[in-house]
Formats: sequence, C-alpha cells, structure tokens
Amino acid sequence: MTGGEELSAAGRGAVWWHRLRALICVLVGLYLVAPLVIVLIISFSSAPFLSFPPPGLSLQWYDNLFGNPVWLRSLITSIEILVPTSILATLLGTAAAYGLARSRLPAAAAIQGFLMAPVVVPVIITAAGIFGFFRHIGLNGTLPGLILAHTVLTVPYVVATVGAALSVVDARLEDAARTLGASPLVCFRRITLPLILPAVLSGLLFAMVTSFDELIVSLFISTPRVRPVTVQMWSNIRGDVDPTIAAIATLLFGFSLLALLADHLARRRSAGGAR
Amino acid sequence: MSRSPSPGSTRNRGAMAEGILEIEGLRKQYGPVVAVDGVDLSLKTGEFVTFLGPSGSGKTTTLQIIAGLQSASAGHIRLNGQAIDPLPPHQRNIGVVFQHYALFPHMSIARNIAFPLEMRRVPAAEIRRRVEEALALVGLEGYGQRHPRQLSGGQQQRVALARALVFRPPLLLMDEPLGALDKQLREQMQLEISRLHRELGASIVYVTHDQEEALVMSDRIAVFNHGRIEQIGASEELYERPRSRFVAGFLGESNFFEGRVEALQGELCRIASPAGPLLARRNGDLAVGDPTVVAVRPERLCLLDGSAAGGGGEPENRLEGRVQEVVYLGLSRKYLLRLADGQEVVVRQQAQDAERSGLGPGDLVRLGWRAANANALEVAAGSDEADGKETGQ
Repeated sequence: MTGGEELSAAGRGAVWWHRLRALICVLVGLYLVAPLVIVLIISFSSAPFLSFPPPGLSLQWYDNLFGNPVWLRSLITSIEILVPTSILATLLGTAAAYGLARSRLPAAAAIQGFLMAPVVVPVIITAAGIFGFFRHIGLNGTLPGLILAHTVLTVPYVVATVGAALSVVDARLEDAARTLGASPLVCFRRITLPLILPAVLSGLLFAMVTSFDELIVSLFISTPRVRPVTVQMWSNIRGDVDPTIAAIATLLFGFSLLALLADHLARRRSAGGAR
Repeated sequence: MSRSPSPGSTRNRGAMAEGILEIEGLRKQYGPVVAVDGVDLSLKTGEFVTFLGPSGSGKTTTLQIIAGLQSASAGHIRLNGQAIDPLPPHQRNIGVVFQHYALFPHMSIARNIAFPLEMRRVPAAEIRRRVEEALALVGLEGYGQRHPRQLSGGQQQRVALARALVFRPPLLLMDEPLGALDKQLREQMQLEISRLHRELGASIVYVTHDQEEALVMSDRIAVFNHGRIEQIGASEELYERPRSRFVAGFLGESNFFEGRVEALQGELCRIASPAGPLLARRNGDLAVGDPTVVAVRPERLCLLDGSAAGGGGEPENRLEGRVQEVVYLGLSRKYLLRLADGQEVVVRQQAQDAERSGLGPGDLVRLGWRAANANALEVAAGSDEADGKETGQ
C-alpha cells in the first residue's frame, strides 16, 4: 500500500514538473516572438508615427518603401552586396573547411581560429580595422569594398557548417573513390560534394541572411551613395521615424524566415534521400 | 552458366614468370616511429597472401602504401614489372576492399559498382552488363537499385567486393574486410572469398589479425611483427615449423621451454632446460652452447596414463606434472599442468581420450611428446624475447 502511495506521489510531482516546464517554454517563446509580432503589426499601421496598438490598418508604408527611391535604392544595394558575398563566402568557406578537415598540418587549428575570428572578435573592432585598412586602399564607400567586408564576416558561418558536415563524412569514402580511379577533383565532385551539399546550401543561406542583416561594418564603410538597407534604417530611426521602418523590418524578417525554411527543407530532403 | 561468370579468369595468365607484385625494402616512418621497417615480398600471379599480425605491426600501413593511400619513406613497389611508387592511387589500377565497406551512401548499389567503370570511360551498355555480372558473381542479383543502407553488413561487404573486382584489377587488396561481421557470417564470407579467388584467379593481398581466417584462405601467410615480416610461408609450414617464438605464439598456441643447446644429433638437438633434458627438432642455425627456446603445440603433448597413443610411437620427451585446471571446450579439453620446476604447460586432448582418462585437478600425470613435434628455435639476443612476461623463468 505505502509503495503505491509513494509511486502516485512521485507521479504527481512529475506531472507538475511537466506543466511547469511547458509554461516556462511558452513564456520564453512569447518573450522572443513578441517584439517581432509588434513590429509586424505596426508595419500595417495607418498612423503616421510608431504607435501600438495602431488606430487602423493600411499598406501605405509598404507603398512608401517601394515608391520611395531612397528605400528602393538601398534595398537594391543590399542585394547587390548579398549575392556576390554569399557566393564568394560559400566558395571560400567550403574550400577552407575541406582543406582544414583533411589536412594534417599542425597549423590547421590556428588557421581555423583565424577564419573564425570575425564571429568572436567584437564586430565594432573588426569594423574599425576594416575601415582603417580600406581607407588606405581606397575601398571605403564602394560596392566591392562592402562585398569584401561582408565576405570576411560571413565566411566563418560557411566554414562552421561545412566543417561540421565534413567531420561526419567518412574520409575512407574518398580513399575508396581514389582507389577506384577517381582523381582528387572528380572524387570531390562525385563523392564529397554530394554528401556535404545540404551543409553548403545551409552555409550559403546563413551568409545571405548575415549579409542582409549586417549593420555595424556597413555603417563604417558605406556612404550615402552606396548605402545598404540596414544603414538606411539606422539613419531613418535617428531622423524622422515613421512605420516604413517597421515595414522594412518585416521584410527582413520574412527573408530570414524563408531562408530558415529553405534550409530545413534541404536538410529534410537529404536525410530522406541519402543516408 | 553459358556465359563466363568470371570476368577475369584468363587475365594475366602466362603474363610473366616474375611475381605480379614485388616489394623491396619498404619503410614507413612517422617522426621517430617506424611503422614499416624493411618489408620485402614477392606475390605470384593468382596467389593469395595474407598479412597476419597484431595491431600496430605494420600490416595495414604496408597495404595502404601498396594502394597509394600512404607514401613510403623508402623502398620500391612494382606491379606487373612496372614501378608504381610515383603513381597516385587513382592511376594504380589496384582494387581495395576496406573494413567498413566504404560504399557511397548517396548512390545505389548499381551506381556504386559502376563507379570504377565510369572512371575508366567504359561505354554505358558495357557498364550495365558488367555491373549485372558483378552482382551475380557475389550472389546479389536484383539488388542493383537498392541503397547501401538497405543492405546488411554481409551484403554490403559483397557489394564492396564486387566494386573492387568489376574493373578487373591485376591485384586486389583487402584490409580486414570481415572485421565488422559476426562470427558465423565471417566464416561464410571466408569461403565465399576463397571461391572468388579460385574462380577469378585473382592475386590477393589480405590483411587480418585473425589467425584462423589466415589459415582458411591463404596460399601463403606473412606474419608481421614490429613492422617486419617475421616469417612467410604456407599455413602448414608456419604452423608446424615456426622460426621464431613470436610466430609460434601468434599462430596457434604453444608451450615454450627455455634452455641451452647441449648436443646436436642430425636434425635434432639435445637441450638442457630447467624442466629437464629435452630433445627437439633443430629449427634454424643453432650451435652447441646457444640459448634456445623449445616450442611445442598443446595438441602434440600427450598424457601418458596407460595408453601412450597420440603421437604415434614412443615419445622421446617425458615430464611429470600436476593438473591445475581442466577446461571443457566441446571438441577437446584443455589441461593446465604445473611441472616440478613450477612452469605451467597447456595440454589439449580430444574429447574421447579425455573422457577415458577422466583426469581432474590435483592428479599427478606424466606427459610426453615426440622430438619431431617440438621445434628448437633461435633466440636472437635482445629481440622479442625481451618483450616482457615470458622472460622470467
């Protein structure tokens, strides 16, 4: 009898703990999502200033965003930076990750550290460094300059995701391919790349999102003529604040969400296909 | 059955009398560590040679150097008379089967087997035909469209074998290919590999640390120790006439009696040992006064209680001991005896004889063995004998 009571007491404790845990999860989730939801709602506001809750709904800020040449120009600049940056970062990051994963160099750890530095070092320091360096070589305020700077910032994400995938790929598969007659290049294209492709795509998406979202370095090296959307938002917030900023934030949010979703789908497909 | 199921049965036949694979003075050094220390080997066409040795004895490293996956520090390798040392692995045309199959997980079985043919730009129609042939060869007809993860370990290993054979390499290397399989499957695959070897006349180098596997399949066994080939020869030669204590102990079980050569008698020699005077076959270059160790197989020892059968003829060597332990092994029984001088000796007796004698712990027994069944071995000063536990005595 006593055994049964103890058991039910323990069971009751477990149920309470379970409920408490669920409550904590919901609260943390709300805390994380609430600001996003508020911004999203404000972007559809009819009021000419940032107020919550909005007095009515309207699409005027989206109209303003795409109608106003300043906003449109900065959006296009962002994309002009983002596309080459993400391609460059993916190529370089994948090559670096492959080299590091298969190398027996004692310096490999140090090289990896250098590559990862931009995510560890405070961005403001990286930004100041890039600014100083670019001033010497005349890259400040140019599109190539922004692309190069963003590449430095996004390569670590590619190195990390591709490196993780490579550590799971059995190096003996490459040995086997080589004994079967595949040159190193063919071996990479036919064996290694297909196996790490989800991670490469994941790295590409990370690089795109990171570049689109980057503010601090861009703030240092952009000029009013070449100004990505984040910098435009920054100057807008400090000047005349209107809900256009909420509309652009919602766009950024939607872009990240799509990237995450694409990443998830790519991983799901690869898990179902070849493993 | 009308078409020849063996893609390579006639290749290399009568090519040349010289071995298909010639290895000369192969060395591999990682910093201060010498992994391979002067390996010489000549493999005849169609021969099955096994590299047998404990882990770290250099057998796998030697195999990888032959495949080109590692570079040698010194030495030469010739395949079909051609030096292959400078060639990268993909130009060596050597088939390799790995321990963990190394099938490409993102390709179907058929694509896996087709891979080496695609690399050689074989026409598509012929690839299809040869993939089918290779699948039939390993008994996996109809599995072509499956993926590696849908196959059992044994099936995956068959695919790996088919993939390594389909491009008809002149030489096949196998690196502990059955290491990941359970015992029953392993024995089945051993017979399968032996069959393929016979049917295809393939030249094979096989690496294992499992002595039973080596005995079942090999034409010759090369016993590796400390990066060298300690002895190479046919299974029976190695088992019956080991040349060193290491070989006698690694391939099968042996009792060792340390002593000193007292007199030579033709093929035999007389040895003074703490256990008493012994007579054994002279194996190697022994002179009077040399230190030696006598190796005797447990199944060559017989217990001389009443029936002196066993070895056929009167045993020249007789000792007395007390039974310490009896281990029941089904087919046979193993007795652990302690001799008067304290040395322990293992005796193995067939189940029938064991039942008749009915010995148990504590019984005093006489044991004996024929001189022809005992090998007096050379003891190289400061070599393996300095390895540890067996130095005592």
